[in-house]
Amino acid sequence: MIAAVQRLPAEVLFVVFTRAAVVAALVILLAIASPHFLTSDNLVVILRQAALQFLLAAGLTLVILTGGIDLSVGAVLGLAACVGAALIAKGLVVAGVAAALLVGLACGLVNGALVAYIGIPAFIATYGMLWVAHGLGYVFMKGEVIHGFAPGFRGLGAGFLGGIPVPVLVAGALLLVLHVLLHLTRFGRALYAMGGNPDAARLVGLPVKKYLLAVYGLSGALAAFAGLVVIARVNAADSGTGEELLLTAIAAVCLGGTSLFGGVGGIVGTAVGALILALVVNGMNMLGIATFWQAFAMGAIVILAVLADVSFKRRFL
Amino acid sequence: MSAVPRVAQAAALGRLPELPGAAYLFVLLAAGFALATPEFASARNLSNIGLQAAALMIVSFGMTLVILTEGIDLSLGAVLGLCGVVMSLLLVGQGAPLWAAVAAAMAVGIAAGLVNGALVAYAAMPPFIVTLGTYGMAQSLAMVLTSGHSITGLPAAVRWFNEGDWLGLPVPIWTVLLVFALTYLLLYHTRFGRYVFAIGGNRRALELSGVPVRAYLVAVYAYAGFLAALASFIMTARMNAGHPTIAIGLEFDAIAAVVLGGTSFEKGRGGIWGTVVGALTVALLRNGLNLIGLGTEWQVAVVGLVIVSAVAVDALRSRA
Repeated sequence: MIAAVQRLPAEVLFVVFTRAAVVAALVILLAIASPHFLTSDNLVVILRQAALQFLLAAGLTLVILTGGIDLSVGAVLGLAACVGAALIAKGLVVAGVAAALLVGLACGLVNGALVAYIGIPAFIATYGMLWVAHGLGYVFMKGEVIHGFAPGFRGLGAGFLGGIPVPVLVAGALLLVLHVLLHLTRFGRALYAMGGNPDAARLVGLPVKKYLLAVYGLSGALAAFAGLVVIARVNAADSGTGEELLLTAIAAVCLGGTSLFGGVGGIVGTAVGALILALVVNGMNMLGIATFWQAFAMGAIVILAVLADVSFKRRFL
Repeated sequence: MSAVPRVAQAAALGRLPELPGAAYLFVLLAAGFALATPEFASARNLSNIGLQAAALMIVSFGMTLVILTEGIDLSLGAVLGLCGVVMSLLLVGQGAPLWAAVAAAMAVGIAAGLVNGALVAYAAMPPFIVTLGTYGMAQSLAMVLTSGHSITGLPAAVRWFNEGDWLGLPVPIWTVLLVFALTYLLLYHTRFGRYVFAIGGNRRALELSGVPVRAYLVAVYAYAGFLAALASFIMTARMNAGHPTIAIGLEFDAIAAVVLGGTSFEKGRGGIWGTVVGALTVALLRNGLNLIGLGTEWQVAVVGLVIVSAVAVDALRSRA
C-alpha cells in the first residue's frame, strides 16, 4: 500500500514539465497574437473561467483518483442548478442552495451505491445517471428559462471581493480544503490507496465501499455547487445548463496529470488543468475561432493528455 | 473460468442463448401499451416501430461487438451525424454522384472507428475516454461543416434509403437483415468472431498464445464506425436533410439495447440475438411513451433507468 501511495517522481516530473511548457507556450503565443491578452481585464476573465472549470472538475478528480469515473457531473450540475434556481428566483436563496446541494448529493450517492455495493462499472452507472438527470432536468424545466436572481446570490458568481472575482476566491478555498483532505486525512490517503491497488486497500481493512459512496456523493454535491456558481454568474438557468461541461471537466483532470487508472495525481494538477483550458478557450475567442471548434479542442485535449501520459509511462517507467 | 468454454461453444454453434431480460420486458411493455392506447397496436404504428428500430439496430450490432471486447463506443451517435453531414454536403454542395457521397460517408465512419480502435488497442487508453474525446471531435466537426444548420435540398434518390422497397419489404428492413446476416457470420462463423468473444473473456490468454489481439480490436471499432455510416443513410433519408445533431444520444439507446439483450460488460458474454430483442424493446419503449404523452425528456430518463437496472441485475446475478 505504501508503494501505491507514493507517487513516482519521474512521472510527476514529466507531468509538471509538460504542463508548465504548455502554459508558457500558450501565454507567449497569445501575448504575441493579441495585444489585449495581457490586460488586467482579460486576466480576470481567464481566472474566472478557470475557477468555474476547476469547481466542476474538483469532485471528479477525487473520483478518478479511486480509479473510477463520474460521467454524470455535467448533467447533475444542470439538474441541481435548475432545482435551486426555481427556489432562488422566488427569493428563497438559502432553501434553493440547500435543495441544489441535496439534489447533487442524492445523485452522487446513487452513483456511489451502484458502483460500490452493486458492483456496476463506474462508467456505465454514471452514464445512466447522466441521462436520468438530463431527462429529469428537462421535465422539471419544461423548456423554460429561469432568470433574475437576488443580487446577494448573484455575487457568488459575478461579484468581486478586494478586486478578486468571488468564484476565484471560492475555487482557491476549495483547492486548499481538498488538498488538505487528500494529503492529511485518512480518507484522502485511502482514495490514493484504493486507486493504486484496490485489492490491497480492501485487504488492509480500509472501508472501501463506504469511502466510494462518500467520494461519489461528494462529486455530486460539488457538481451542484459548481452549478450554483454558474447560474449566479449568468443570472439564468435552463435545462441545457452544464450540458457541454462534462468533456471540459474530464479534460481539466486529465491535463492535471491525474491518472485515469487511479492512484496518481492530485487536486493542484486539476487547478493547473483548468487554467490551461481557460487559456485555450480565451485564446480561441480572441483569435475569432468559431465556438463550434471548442468541443473539438476539448476532445483532442483529453485524448492527447491521456495519450502523452500513457506513452510516457510505458516507454520510460 | 469454467464459463469460457461454454461461451465459446455457444459462440461456435451460434445457437439461441437463454432468453435475455429484454424478452420479458418486451412482452410486458407491448401488452401494457396495447391496453393503454388503442393506437399502439395498429399496423401503421407497428411498422413505424420497425422503421424506427432499423437505424438503432444497425448501430447496436456494432456496439454489441465493442461491448463484447469489454469496450464501449460513446462516439457512435456523433460519428453517425458526421457521416450524414459529409454525405449531404457532397451531394448538395459539390453535386457529387450518390455512390461517391455514400463511399465518402463510409470512409468517415471507418476512419473514426480506426482512430478509436488504434487509441484503445495500441495506446491502451480506456475505451470510454477515447470515445468520449472522439465524440466531442466528431460532433464539433459536424457543427463546423454545417455552421450548425440543416443541409436541405438532397437529391430525391437519397430518400430510397428510407422509403424504397424491394419484394414488399422496405429498404431499412433489408439493410437490417443484411447487417444482421453479416454480423452473424462474422461473429459465429469466423476466427474474428471467436476472438471477439475471447478478447472479452480472457484477453491475456489470447495475447500469450500469439493472437494479434490489438489488430482485432481495431477491426471491431472500425466495423462499429462502418455500421454507424450505414445507419446515417437511413436517418438522413428519413429527415430528408443532413443534420449535425441528428443522432445525438443514439449511442445511449444502442448501449441500452445491448445490455437489455443480455450482453455483459464483462467476460465476453452475450451475442447479437439478444441485441435484436433489446433494440426492439428500446424502440417500443420510446414509441409507447410517446403515444401515452411522455415526451423525449421522459423517454431519456426512463431509458437511463433501464440501462442501470439491466446492468445492476446482471451484476447481482453474476455475483450470486
